[in-house]
Amino acid sequence: MADPSNITADEEVAAATGDTDVATAAAASAELENNKTNTMVEEGAHLIKKMEICVAEAEKRMGKNSVNIQETYTVYLIETRPIDAVAEGQNPAPDSLWRRYSEFELLRNYLLVTYPFVVVPPLPEKRAEFVWHKLSADNMDPDFVERRRVGLENFLLRVASHSVLSNDKIFYHFLKEENGWKEVVFETGFQAKADSRLRALNATFRVKTPDKRFTELKHYSDELQSVTSQLLRVRARVADRLYGVYKVHGNYGRVFSEWSAIEKEMGDGLQSAGHHMDAYASSIDDILEEEEHYADQLKEYLFYAEALRAVCRKHELMQYELETAVLDLTSKKQQREELATGTVRTFSFKGMTTKLFGQETQEQREAKLQVLEEQIIEGEELVKEKTVECEEFVKNAWVDMERFKEQKDRDLKEALINYAIMQIGVCKKGIQVWANAKECFSKM
Amino acid sequence: MSGITVDPAVSCAPAQEISADLSGQMLELDEDDDLEVFSKDSTLSDGSLFNASMPTSPASMVNQLEEDVDTKDIFITVDNPESHVTAIETFITYRVLTKTTRSEFDSCEYEVRRRYQDFLWLKGKLEEAHPTLIVHPLPEKFVMKGMVERFNDDFIETRRKALHKFLNRIADHPILSCSEDFKIFLTAQAWELTSHKKQGPGFLSRMGDTVRAVANTVRGVKNRPEEFATIQEYVDTFAQKITSLDRVTQRILKEQKEYLEELKEYGPVYTLWSGSEEELVEPLKGMAGCIDRCCKETEEQVNHLAESLVPALHEYVLCAETLKAVLRRRDNIQAEYETKNETLANKKADREADSKDLGFILGSFLGKNPEEAKQQRQQRLDVEIEELKEEIEKLEDKMECANNALKVDWSRWQRSMREDVKTAFLHTAEKNVDYYEKCLAVWESFLLSQGSGLDAESSREQPQAPEEMAKEASLQAT
Repeated sequence: MADPSNITADEEVAAATGDTDVATAAAASAELENNKTNTMVEEGAHLIKKMEICVAEAEKRMGKNSVNIQETYTVYLIETRPIDAVAEGQNPAPDSLWRRYSEFELLRNYLLVTYPFVVVPPLPEKRAEFVWHKLSADNMDPDFVERRRVGLENFLLRVASHSVLSNDKIFYHFLKEENGWKEVVFETGFQAKADSRLRALNATFRVKTPDKRFTELKHYSDELQSVTSQLLRVRARVADRLYGVYKVHGNYGRVFSEWSAIEKEMGDGLQSAGHHMDAYASSIDDILEEEEHYADQLKEYLFYAEALRAVCRKHELMQYELETAVLDLTSKKQQREELATGTVRTFSFKGMTTKLFGQETQEQREAKLQVLEEQIIEGEELVKEKTVECEEFVKNAWVDMERFKEQKDRDLKEALINYAIMQIGVCKKGIQVWANAKECFSKM
Repeated sequence: MSGITVDPAVSCAPAQEISADLSGQMLELDEDDDLEVFSKDSTLSDGSLFNASMPTSPASMVNQLEEDVDTKDIFITVDNPESHVTAIETFITYRVLTKTTRSEFDSCEYEVRRRYQDFLWLKGKLEEAHPTLIVHPLPEKFVMKGMVERFNDDFIETRRKALHKFLNRIADHPILSCSEDFKIFLTAQAWELTSHKKQGPGFLSRMGDTVRAVANTVRGVKNRPEEFATIQEYVDTFAQKITSLDRVTQRILKEQKEYLEELKEYGPVYTLWSGSEEELVEPLKGMAGCIDRCCKETEEQVNHLAESLVPALHEYVLCAETLKAVLRRRDNIQAEYETKNETLANKKADREADSKDLGFILGSFLGKNPEEAKQQRQQRLDVEIEELKEEIEKLEDKMECANNALKVDWSRWQRSMREDVKTAFLHTAEKNVDYYEKCLAVWESFLLSQGSGLDAESSREQPQAPEEMAKEASLQAT
């Protein structure tokens, strides 16, 4: 599997630590370990295989928000049904509950913090972006709500098919228990971790010996983000222009119709050709509606790129923390050496003042040594902990990277193929309309 | 096509050679209007000719109408634009090449160079000689839209094509093609043309005509015959509709161009993307390739619109203006006739009044010999009345000829308009089918190259939504 990245303090760590006891790790990582052990055991038993999940409907609600102001928001109906029941020919009513977008966000944030090594599936966009002008950018617009419903369902399905994420209890509760879910999530205390992680992620720090693979992956995620957003932008502009071309043809319909009134021989031909022009003009609405699905697929991977980047950043952070811990340990050990042998190897103000103002007493030195020893033991534990954390992270992250890569290649190839199929449909419609129009013109 | 073979000489000669049998052939015409016209006007065969080159024989007109393309005996091309620079101006001349077997031409091939001004002159002369015939329009003098310079290549090419069409339409016209001015235009050397242009009614007399025409317009025509009123209504609506179509088509062209510009940016992004991928390199490059090929097809579509449909429709916008002018001129001729009639009626009234001895009182008051004066006046009036009657007869003939000429040319024009419009839109529809077929092939080949179990066949079996099927069914029913 993935081997720990090259850290100069590696040898130090190996030398300094005794036997590795996972149980002595901090409570938070024990939780994490627990989850992972569980998942290792239950690998392959994805929730998706046991349960049918869908986001069936969307509804508008009115309510007071956190600052006591009336607002309109949308809720989505999540329906679940055990697959065995369906397979056995029974048709039980599904369990269902309503959730709003912010709850999905909460769930995702929880997953992000709890499984930092996973490329967590993204949610559909909060606000409509990359819109071509006729499409509404309004969150309340029914088309937008519908596309969001599909996106939310997609999110749930992706989580439910993930070997690690699908076993999470919070996720299960999200699907099954409407009330009190928020409280349960907050009880996990993930928020605290989230805040500190977030702060750290946003901070700039430099890792001394970056893992090349992760660096490459980060570059890739940047490129993917950049290219998909560019693609989405250009596609929207192309769609906009195409809309214009089709719609103007509608004017032919109108004028042909008016003209046919004064023509004897040409009248019928003009009139029917006009109908086909109208059909042509209105066909663009469906065409572009379908293309939005393609855009949504691209958007999903735009956001996936962000998730990928986040994993790389978390690894960097972890690495940085490890390096910091190692450096700290090294410096503490050095201090101990100096104190013990009386030699000053490194410059310190303490050393200077000692030289200038006289040595410390034997007692003072002993006390200091004692403190240092304790600190060194703690430091060694920390380094051990962090190293294991890092190793585990890298191992698991790499598994998920491979999974993600395969998924991405599969999904995007399918998206491109579907795009081609869509274009073929557009061409066929075009051929039909213009062949019909040609027929009418020839009868003029 | 009709089995009538015509001796070309007949069509341009004075009308006396009309043969009675030909009136029987007229039953082959579809238009009842024409039928009526010709049976009534066969008596006009000795009618006055106010222009030597106009055959008033309706029969000969009929023959020409039925003329098969194969018997076309004059071929004209306009090509080879060249720029000429003088001290005062820069202008373009076009080569006009004529090949003909017509006997009134001394040679069978002529090559001359003409500039736009010369074409304008020819048009003016033809309209002067045949005020109620429909002369195909010339391309516009200037194009106000956009930044088209006079010597921009596209502009010159568009103009050249229009000038070519202009001359060929005249050559196809049974009456106009016999015009002496037309012949000179095609055959004369530059200096000959210049000197010929200087002949003809002078500036002042042409001014007089214009003034008279304006006066008549102001006066207005009193009893416009119904069929011309119908034509007027048609022309007014037609002008509106064709102008709309012209505008719509120009707009489509604009939108297509803008679409093409955006499309050109689209393909390269896929290529860029393929640079960061491994597995996806093939499909991404494939996409880029497809889009680029579709770009090429779109470009062809744009070119077709710009070079074929837009000019074709624009031509008819100009035609509409020509039609309006023709109708105005016809009205003026009638107005002139009506005015003269009124004058005659007034003069006759005067004569009547005179014979009632009313003038006697005035005359004796002035100290003249009343009897003598009265007689002189009466004689003068009689002469005037006789003169008026002669003029009116001439005007009546002129009017009848003008009306008939218009009637015949009107149905001729309608036929060619239908042909032209039909052809233009037919070509466009064909081009569009072609465009979509080519793009279809591009995407299908992409699918094939991707394999993955999804081939072109399964895309054909894509089920249609029920609403779509219903819509198609109803469209096919119309």
